[in-house]
Amino acid sequence: MLTKLEYKHASKVSAYISDTALMIGRSSRHILRNTDQLLGAFFQPIMFLVLFVSVFGGAIEQSLPEGVSYVNFLMAGIIVQTVAFGSTTTAIALTNDLQKGIIDRFRSLPMSNMAVLNGHVISDIFRNSISTTVMILAGLVIGFRPEADFYGWLGIIGLLLLITLAFSWLSAIIGVLAKSVEAVQWLTFVIIFPLTFASSAFTPTDGMGTVLRVFAENQPITQMVEAVRALILGQPLGDYGWLAVMWCLVLIAISIPITYVLYKRKTTE
Amino acid sequence: MSTKNTAISVKNLKKSFGENEVLKGVSFDVPQGTMLALLGPNGAGKTTTVKILSTLLKANGGSARIEGHDVSTDPDKVRGVIGLTGQSAAVDELLTGRENLIMMGQLYRLTKKSAVARAEELLIEFDLTEAANRPTKTYSGGMRRRLDLAVSLIATPPIIFLDEPTTGLDPRSRLVMWDIIQRLMDNGTTILLTTQYLEEADQLADKIILINNGIVAAEGTAAELKQKIGKDHFIVTFASKKHYDSARTALKGKITQTNDDELQIHIPIKGTGKDIQAVLKTLDSEKIPISSTDIHKPTLDDVFLNITRKEK
Repeated sequence: MLTKLEYKHASKVSAYISDTALMIGRSSRHILRNTDQLLGAFFQPIMFLVLFVSVFGGAIEQSLPEGVSYVNFLMAGIIVQTVAFGSTTTAIALTNDLQKGIIDRFRSLPMSNMAVLNGHVISDIFRNSISTTVMILAGLVIGFRPEADFYGWLGIIGLLLLITLAFSWLSAIIGVLAKSVEAVQWLTFVIIFPLTFASSAFTPTDGMGTVLRVFAENQPITQMVEAVRALILGQPLGDYGWLAVMWCLVLIAISIPITYVLYKRKTTE
Repeated sequence: MSTKNTAISVKNLKKSFGENEVLKGVSFDVPQGTMLALLGPNGAGKTTTVKILSTLLKANGGSARIEGHDVSTDPDKVRGVIGLTGQSAAVDELLTGRENLIMMGQLYRLTKKSAVARAEELLIEFDLTEAANRPTKTYSGGMRRRLDLAVSLIATPPIIFLDEPTTGLDPRSRLVMWDIIQRLMDNGTTILLTTQYLEEADQLADKIILINNGIVAAEGTAAELKQKIGKDHFIVTFASKKHYDSARTALKGKITQTNDDELQIHIPIKGTGKDIQAVLKTLDSEKIPISSTDIHKPTLDDVFLNITRKEK
């Protein structure tokens, strides 16, 4: 051997951070190299946006408050939906890892194994930012006119980051529990699709039946959508702001320990 | 007794999955710088043993120490001195060969600079430089195994676990793998190899442990085990009962086994053709025609049959 090897002598905390950084690098490369998934992240939001605006726009616009166009109304909803669907890649990536031998490889290394989870969740932010940016640009082309000022945009970005983290950690639970990638796909679809539709994401809740309306108005996705919507339209946040932040924080606080415990159990027999 | 220090020490290791008792008390020692082969059929408990020793599984009983570190109470220390490769380890399919090596090196706590330099060295050593910038999902089976082994050597751990490193490889890739393993041994690495192939254990290992149904069925050097296995057999089949009977009379004392239904006789032979010639000569001089002949070399199955027969 030619090289004299040098080792880092890091504390436990800094080792944890550098392992996480390495795993974020790994997961981000996966995102860039998984071309099919990347194309999906690009075109699916554009497709949804254009379809919703052109199919439902005319009908729903009449029930919107004076002066609010459907594309301006829809934007917040469709962004939150995209972020929710985008977070399922955390689940898919984790299930993939767990099924192939790579997790055993990581576990035989002197590294922190929770870093693998962190890597997938945090790199989701990266791909979701691409999707969201594409969506906003496409929206601008078809008539989206946000009213948010600089601080409004900071708020939007911050809130979307929190929402992404919340969904990705929830998704991580599914990723650890699921037995196959196909299971992840239908499971997340069955959970996210109804939740985003039974909300104020695509249409005002006024026209819904009582039971559905009560559910829709109080479920977390509506709070998140309404908070983002208020910021986009430059309107007062009301209770939506703190409710959305609280929901995100609660979901994160619950799902991180659950994921860690399940993951640990799954990887040690 | 060897004066070398013990690198791997396993005492009465037990593991069950539910009702299924996979390891029923396995013990062995591997002195530093030697290679031990765990030889056994599928489901014998080889991979389970390796998984316990590499901290991937927890044992239900017994103890195991790697370079003095207990696998159950000090797994982090153990992970720092071992490399694992074979069926239970893997590489990242979307990363390139080089990226895999560098990432794993850094996860072994090498500095980035060391990881990069060591990766280049291993790419050359394992003949992977041309494929270094391709995602590993485009690699052939042999290339993937080589990268897998290279990854486990990135931090030059003193102990390597090779879990069926050549299973599923074509004969040429197997020879390349053997060559690489031989070089590792020359460098003084302690190796624990699992294999289903008698020939592989014979070629490479200092000592062989036969493992079957979760227990050590036999152990020793290749030469010692071969004595227990028994010899090759020359099998002669005859067309009629008459010929079969006269052959049995002519070769009396040499035949160890007969088969009345198939009209076959079994004669133990040494490696050379002399014994066969002698048999044929006798049959020829007695004018006994032969229907067909065959040579049976002992297989792993015979080894186990032989050993279990002796135990009874």
